[in-house]
Amino acid sequence: MDMLKDIQFKLERHERLDAQDALALYDHADLLMLGTLANKRRWELHPEPVVTYVSDRNINYTNVCISGCQFCAFFRPPGHPEGYVIDRADLDRKIEETLSLGGTQILLQGGMNPDLHLDYYIDLLTYMKSRFKIHIHGFSPSEIVYLSQISSLSVKETIQKLMAAGLDSIPGGGAEILSDDIRQKISPNKCSVAQWLDVMRVAHGLGLKSSATMMFGHIETKHQIIEHMMKLRDLQDETHGFTAFIPWTFQPENTRITVKPATAAAYLRVLAISRLVLDNIPNLQVSWVTQGDKIAQLALAFGANDFGSTMIEENVVAAAGVNFRLPRSEIVRLIEDAGYTAHQRDCFYHVLD
Amino acid sequence: MTDPQLTPVLEKVSAGVRLDAADALALYHSHDIIGIGHLADSVRRKRHGNKAFFVYNQHVNYTNVCVNHCRFCAFSRRKGEDGGYVMTVDDVAEKLMARIDEPIREIHMVGGINPDLPFSYYLDLMKTIRTIRPDATIKAFTAVEIDHLSRISGLSLEDTIQILKDAGLAMLPGGGAEVMSTRVHDALFPRKIGHERWLEVMAKIHEAGLTTNATMLYGHIETIEERVEHLLLLRTLQDKTHGFTAFIPLAFHSGNTRLSHLPATTAHDDLKAVAIARLVLDNFDHIKAYWVMIGEKLAQIALNFGADDLDGTIIDEKITHMAGATSSKGLTRERLEDMIRSGGFEPVKRDSFYQAVGA
Repeated sequence: MDMLKDIQFKLERHERLDAQDALALYDHADLLMLGTLANKRRWELHPEPVVTYVSDRNINYTNVCISGCQFCAFFRPPGHPEGYVIDRADLDRKIEETLSLGGTQILLQGGMNPDLHLDYYIDLLTYMKSRFKIHIHGFSPSEIVYLSQISSLSVKETIQKLMAAGLDSIPGGGAEILSDDIRQKISPNKCSVAQWLDVMRVAHGLGLKSSATMMFGHIETKHQIIEHMMKLRDLQDETHGFTAFIPWTFQPENTRITVKPATAAAYLRVLAISRLVLDNIPNLQVSWVTQGDKIAQLALAFGANDFGSTMIEENVVAAAGVNFRLPRSEIVRLIEDAGYTAHQRDCFYHVLD
Repeated sequence: MTDPQLTPVLEKVSAGVRLDAADALALYHSHDIIGIGHLADSVRRKRHGNKAFFVYNQHVNYTNVCVNHCRFCAFSRRKGEDGGYVMTVDDVAEKLMARIDEPIREIHMVGGINPDLPFSYYLDLMKTIRTIRPDATIKAFTAVEIDHLSRISGLSLEDTIQILKDAGLAMLPGGGAEVMSTRVHDALFPRKIGHERWLEVMAKIHEAGLTTNATMLYGHIETIEERVEHLLLLRTLQDKTHGFTAFIPLAFHSGNTRLSHLPATTAHDDLKAVAIARLVLDNFDHIKAYWVMIGEKLAQIALNFGADDLDGTIIDEKITHMAGATSSKGLTRERLEDMIRSGGFEPVKRDSFYQAVGA
């Protein structure tokens, strides 16, 4: 197909792909062609046969949430008997365990809990930092927007206060699909596209790095998937603050969206296309949490250069009935079996070992 | 193709020249999984376009009591051991009747080598299946069981095969060879027939006009050289008899076996097993991916790496339940067809002889 040949030439000349190119790849490029193109781009960006991973734990400080997103199996509404806010003893134990397992960071996220105000967050961060030497990769833009609203502070002031208390970086969650059309339907009580981007813009401006995510395979269209990538790319051109992109597929069980789960082929296609479109985001992470160990290993040939986290704990996707687990030794084995060297990294993708 | 070591292989495949052991080893040692996939896919497309076959079958495992006690096997029980069973002819009938409303075209029947079962039992099983499912193909007994039957029947191998054929046997599954290496045989399944006898039995089966599959159990103690040798032995026999229809690589699962310390096969292992089989077995029509062992996700991807046939238990769930996970009983037909289409292929429901069949 001529259009595909043109796209290949563009890629060889390191010219940027536009939305039309991305759509042509999505519709017409076969899986192995996408793999070849994405793999080539991976090697250009990362010429060493290295795949990195981070050792961390996802601590969800509360599952009480007023957002009630349609795709979420983890939240509990206020007053629900299974609602919790983590207690300090539990928190201590989890962090101690993380450190003893060689973990270097805590991914700290939770629901929009109306009982928790800014002082809770500041206390939490201060507490963690006073007792432990650990990196805090915390809160999604959704939580930050929520906090800024209930505190009557600007997003900038909110982030500044969190940074002062110990926030080291922001995970890229809450992005889902960056389309207000979609957000109106699946997460109407959560921040809008503009708000999500604004938090990242401000955070990057204050010197914080973040990742960016995309959850697809629900009710979005392919155009919206591509639009999502374009929005991230545009912001990255401005700020250069995103360290990585992590796409994954929506897991429907125990949620209020009934769709057939997206297949491995769909995942690998989108992953490969994202490597080609997001020419300015350095790292692309596989999602073994949603795809399992085998597809995650294969995804290293489809543009990804990072294996994500050892996830000493993960609760959110697990609530949707999908709970793959991979200890560090297994992650290393899979990486080496694919012909790469495995290296533990920090949040900024610096190699630690 | 990014691995220069594979250039000679690429040239041979493009020119339609048969690959040799050195080529197969180069493919196995390479990390260029996409390049390997491209090669295998080009061969697959020439043979089958974008068709992905599947057959709607039912499995019957008539006994798990087995004298062979292979070290990789989690299924077998010794005589008298807890959990051992033998299905009576009525049990088999009941099992078939339970799914009589489903469009089952093939009965896949294998079991342990149980010395208490007389030859007449096996013939009774076949008779029962033929009565209840007269239109289904009976694909039964590995070469291991056929060898056993020829000893208990009191007849020659050829005559035993003829009697089974007359009773309705139409095809053999491909199991029992594991890895065709004396070293692996002696280490893991010393009581079972070795590869020379397995090949001999298969040759006789093919001579009698029956087709068979062939398998390879990989991911345990075998070496890459042994995997390659296994493929070449199959290819050589196929050149003579043309009786094999499909090759199925089987990923070893170590749980509950005496090899439980061994790690699971990786995606690279599984896709190479499929792709390299497609490239080396140039005289086999079909390469099957078995989703029960490698998972649905990888089985879908295997279609791009040389596999044209999918196998596993299919269930015809009447309640359309879109978000469901694979049940312990099998994959729904709808989900299987969606999986094939989402991978860019055309699902083709087939009979045992790869003819497309209707709904």
